[in-house]
Amino acid sequence: MISDKTCRFAPNIDDKKMAKHWWKALAVLLLLFTLIAGFLVKIPAIENNEQSTRNLFFHVPMWISMYTLFTISVVNSVLYLTKYDLKKDILASSAANVGVLFGVMGFTTGSVWATYTWGSTLTNDPKQIATAVALLIYMAYLVLRLSIHDIDKRARVSAIYNIFAFAMLIPLTYIIPRMVDSLHPGSASSPGFRSQDTDGTLMMVFYPAFTGWTLLGVWIYTLRVRYKRLELKNIFK
Amino acid sequence: MAQQTTALHRTLTLVKKDLVLELRQKYAFYGVLLYIISTVFVINMMMGHPEEQIWNAQFWVVQLFVSVNAIAKSFMQESRGRLLYFYSLVHPRSFIAAKLLYNILLMAIMSIIALVSCLIFLGNPIINVWYFVGVVMLGGVSLSLLFTMLAAIAAQANQNAALMAIMGFPIMMPLLMLLANIARSAFVPVFQPGLPNMFLLLAGMDVLIVGLAMILFPFLWKD
Repeated sequence: MISDKTCRFAPNIDDKKMAKHWWKALAVLLLLFTLIAGFLVKIPAIENNEQSTRNLFFHVPMWISMYTLFTISVVNSVLYLTKYDLKKDILASSAANVGVLFGVMGFTTGSVWATYTWGSTLTNDPKQIATAVALLIYMAYLVLRLSIHDIDKRARVSAIYNIFAFAMLIPLTYIIPRMVDSLHPGSASSPGFRSQDTDGTLMMVFYPAFTGWTLLGVWIYTLRVRYKRLELKNIFK
Repeated sequence: MAQQTTALHRTLTLVKKDLVLELRQKYAFYGVLLYIISTVFVINMMMGHPEEQIWNAQFWVVQLFVSVNAIAKSFMQESRGRLLYFYSLVHPRSFIAAKLLYNILLMAIMSIIALVSCLIFLGNPIINVWYFVGVVMLGGVSLSLLFTMLAAIAAQANQNAALMAIMGFPIMMPLLMLLANIARSAFVPVFQPGLPNMFLLLAGMDVLIVGLAMILFPFLWKD
């Protein structure tokens, strides 16, 4: 029997501690449901989208996850500037890192979908261009962090740039695409998916999907935070 | 009230100091002048007198590089000791306001020079001249505001000029697209339905940048 007394690497299983991690189990369950139901459920035929409508369960949740992570990031950057607590900087940078990952995944899923529905991987679609620019801004944030060696200075300067980046993200991905025509479903001449979803099957999978993907994003983010804190544990002691 | 007037006074004094420094050295001015003329001349050698759409694109690309070059200098010429001296004298907000004002002035002059040299070397496809001059001025102001803030950030990261390009280019992309679109009306008599909206967006972006610069710069200076 492996326990604390017989082995010092024994897992420390504590009911109370496990109870805190219920949402990770939920994330796994929801994503399993998304993967299985997302490919099997009967979906309505919407114009020329055909089976590619299933991308709704993978493409849109990436953006919701990305927005969640970037919001976490900017909140922690503001908190860093009020207290100058380096832990907040770790939270902010980790969230931005994982946010960029989800942004890239959202862009990729969208581009693959566009290849088959719009006929081109990279189009002049304002939403596609604007998100590419927003992602570039956040990648510049990561490069900026790499270029400064002093930890406190890096935290301060990158927190300021992060607020700047978030202030650009909202007009770029939320305001401008709504002012101009887009090829995206739901804007201008192409119909939205929600109005065509007469059986409610799309939404039945979509809501669990975006909850699951967002939880997964937050999970990866907490893992990265723990890793970064271990890296800098000499400073925090 | 008294405090407000002194803040304004300090800002204006700092602008005057930058102007006097520039008039004495004439370094930035002639440096950028040479830069503009050689760039436009190279374009002329390569494509002669381009048609209006390409003319427009070329002009805004020239504007972009001119603003990067002119404004990157604004923080690099200040030595560390001098910055510390200013820090002890004035509030950081006055300092950044002075830099913003000075750079707007500088960029306005540079824009006019860029426009004139483009007209000389690349021909004149513009129909609505005053409209285009107005757009150029607006564009100069927007670009100078944006790059002043970025130069302040880059100055903190060991005066790294490459960093300014990395941070600045994604942010200025939507700005430049907007400007090039607005400027189209100066070349062809075309009806653009979203024109007032685009102007509003440009103004909104300028206000956003100035606001962020005013709020965030004091944090940037705490060294």
